[in-house]
Amino acid sequence: MAVANDITALADRLAALQSRDTLRFAMCGSVDDGKSTLLGRLLAEAGMVPEDRLAQMVRDSKTHGTQGGKPDYSLLLDGLEAEREQGITIDVAWRYFGTDKRAFIVADCPGHAQYTRNMASGASSAELGIVLVDARAGVLTQTRRHTAILAMFGVQHVLFAVNKLDLIDYSPARYHAIEQECVKLAHDLGIEHADAIPVSAINADNLVVHSPNTPWYTGKPLLQYLETIKIARAVDAAFAMPVQWVNRPDHTFRGYAGVVAGGRVAPGNEVVVLPSGRLSRVVRVVGGDTDLKNAEAGQAVTLTLTDQIDVARGDVIADPALPPEVASQFACHLLWLDDTALLPGRRYQMKLATCTAGAQVTEIKHRIDPDTQAHLAATRLVANEIAYCNLSLDTDIAYRPYREDRRLGGFILVDRETNATVGCGTLDFGLRRDSNVRWQQLDVDRVARSRIKGQTPRCLWFTGLSGAGKSTIANLVERRLLADGFHTILLDGDNVRHGLNRDLGFTDVDRVENIRRVAEVAKLMMDAGLIVLVSFISPFRAERQLARDLIGEGGFMEVFVDAPLAVCEERDVKGLYAKARAGEIANFTGIGSPYEAPERPEIHLHSDRQSAADAAALVVKLLTE
Amino acid sequence: MKVARLHTHLDRLEAESIRIMRETVAECRKPVLLYSIGKDSSVLLHLLLKAFYPAKPPLPMLHVNTTWKFREMIEFRDRIAREKNVDLIEHINQEGLRQGTDPVNDAARHTYVMKTVALRQALAEHGFDAAIGGARRDEDPARAKERVFSLRGAGQRWEPRKQRPEPWGLYNTRLAPDETLRVFPLSDWTELDVWLYIRREGIEVVPLYFAKERPTFVRNNALLVRDDDRVPLEPGEKLVPKTVRFRTLGCWPLTAAVESDAADLDGIIAEMLDTRQSERAGRIIDLDPSDSMERKKREGYF
Repeated sequence: MAVANDITALADRLAALQSRDTLRFAMCGSVDDGKSTLLGRLLAEAGMVPEDRLAQMVRDSKTHGTQGGKPDYSLLLDGLEAEREQGITIDVAWRYFGTDKRAFIVADCPGHAQYTRNMASGASSAELGIVLVDARAGVLTQTRRHTAILAMFGVQHVLFAVNKLDLIDYSPARYHAIEQECVKLAHDLGIEHADAIPVSAINADNLVVHSPNTPWYTGKPLLQYLETIKIARAVDAAFAMPVQWVNRPDHTFRGYAGVVAGGRVAPGNEVVVLPSGRLSRVVRVVGGDTDLKNAEAGQAVTLTLTDQIDVARGDVIADPALPPEVASQFACHLLWLDDTALLPGRRYQMKLATCTAGAQVTEIKHRIDPDTQAHLAATRLVANEIAYCNLSLDTDIAYRPYREDRRLGGFILVDRETNATVGCGTLDFGLRRDSNVRWQQLDVDRVARSRIKGQTPRCLWFTGLSGAGKSTIANLVERRLLADGFHTILLDGDNVRHGLNRDLGFTDVDRVENIRRVAEVAKLMMDAGLIVLVSFISPFRAERQLARDLIGEGGFMEVFVDAPLAVCEERDVKGLYAKARAGEIANFTGIGSPYEAPERPEIHLHSDRQSAADAAALVVKLLTE
Repeated sequence: MKVARLHTHLDRLEAESIRIMRETVAECRKPVLLYSIGKDSSVLLHLLLKAFYPAKPPLPMLHVNTTWKFREMIEFRDRIAREKNVDLIEHINQEGLRQGTDPVNDAARHTYVMKTVALRQALAEHGFDAAIGGARRDEDPARAKERVFSLRGAGQRWEPRKQRPEPWGLYNTRLAPDETLRVFPLSDWTELDVWLYIRREGIEVVPLYFAKERPTFVRNNALLVRDDDRVPLEPGEKLVPKTVRFRTLGCWPLTAAVESDAADLDGIIAEMLDTRQSERAGRIIDLDPSDSMERKKREGYF
């Protein structure tokens, strides 16, 4: 019986291991931050280091450890002494470990300023960046630089591991101050998701289990955080696949092999081949030795098309409704990797996805200080420097802006004489769109329009008493969303009544018509792919239900901006309460007319207890989650 | 925001490895796949067939035979090459063979002459500019910084400082006349991933990986399985039948067996999840000073 149980348990475990997913993360910090010790200790605590290696580490610690003979966990990771002779201690080291839930691929990045270029490989593929912070020092220039590079390479999740907490006596006040500073830093750099965790690698605090030394820390221990963090991959993008290789074994088969960069593809789908712009249709989607019903982003497949058209390596096969753009001149960010400086006008070879083209930097717009983000004048670029440039290619290529698609927007530059990879960068936008390329007009719908904006349309319906802070908060939310690259529109009750609804009064019938029109307009704007913020007192449940029904469940988010009448009346920003009390305004909500509070709003804000900024941050968080 | 379907870790590894193989074939003049007959090579071959289906793989496989491989390995190699319809090139260092090497008493020289030098000979003789191998970064700390496309200078030497950054998996394959590339599609795989993938895909591996009663003897603290009579037993040594298996495969006098009852894939994986012994602990050539892998790499072993 016991044996049978063991076998079942093993089968379950193997099934779990086979179906686990991946998290790729970059670990940024210098030796002084205790990065290697942290990683080494995490692996050891989680029981993932082979016994013979643990034993060797304990032996080696006595002779060349840094912990006075005690186990030095950094030795589990440190490369060989030879690395120092070879001068590659600064290279990214790749580490692998896993649990039954998830496999981890770790890019262990070096910390010092002159090693910025070495972070590129690690950050380019990372889904999460962990930035080590020494609790004694707090946020340093180095912390800013690491976070800025993660931001440049499109890493949307950053975890600040505040290490050496033992050396600040596990002070929650000190930790919280650092946490706040870190999270703000990340947000300022445009990183959407930022968290912090208090750890001590030496004492294994909060690595695998909660530490008794930090009873005030209620978040997850590091390993659990890594196992559970959700990464939104390739937001339901439109289909695109760079062609890697043309598979033509004989006259009966001609297929185009590649990895799907975004979206999905199925037999029967119409596709466009870029940059030529020729249209065709998918016949077969072959994966391995079988025909698939469809394939999605990340899968390696071979497509066959109905037409015998000319398709070559470097072309991109895509959804004709939302194809990648085609251009030969770009604005881009460039990180210089080589010891020989970049010279504007010199010809390099560019490689992006599967295509190769001759390239030259025509202009360095400005250099960017990685520590302060300040723009500096520059005529050339040396190793580890980052600049905003104009790039010119000798041919058209298909691409997407890097923020939309890493694989179709990230490139390297190769020196044609030394063959060294001398730079890497991210395409921002095309400078001249090629107007000769035309695609067939297709019906464009809400999904298509919102896809191109990289967002899901929503209607945020702010309701509450006059003076509760609806407009203030809605304004802040819109500013935050705009800063994060979302496309929005704000419909304010007062403004709409001056224009679209100026024929309406405040009778019950007019109130309903007022809401109906606003809801219809909001819906049209959602069809345009926008996130719509509606700021209306909308005091009656039935009206708001009307709007909800019109817009549809799922897209509608009721935001109740709640403040007691007395508070609103005291604020009385527009002097309306005074007038209502004086009898000058009839049916004023809260005075002559009731306000029916939402029973189950999607978001409930208390503007008398929260600052407008906090309330807005909460709305943005819930919206983008 | 809608999230794309989550692929499993194995799905992602597979797709990336296939992509790497296709890049090699698309960009290199004359690539070859280094086939060592071990489990990693079995996975490589499986991925190669997937990457180019329905075409026959557009590159041959090269096996560097030291003439000391287990007989079961050679039988397996020939049958698989036939069944999968892949071109197989066998290379033996004939000069080394003439001079004679002794894997028992001079393992280092044997490995250098019959493996490292032999591989250099084969690559030069056929003019291969890229050799795809099954090495993984998790095998040894010396490999943690290895690139997926590793640049080799004149004489196949690994030049640490000339290695190229590989952001976004963009591989620069431009070569000077005397340079070549080693390509490692399994860089991101761990030993566990390899076995799980073999299990998922039903890939055939050499039966030596599975526990079976075999004639064993102990020399230099290593449990060896006698595959032929070229190594005479010394006084005090005797053949003892034991149920053993191999975690890695190489020249038989240099490959230690482990006592085990793991007779199938699930058993092997269970053992691996359990014993937590690093993979190369069983291979005698690695019981050298700790930088041995590093040195062999510089000499062009991998």
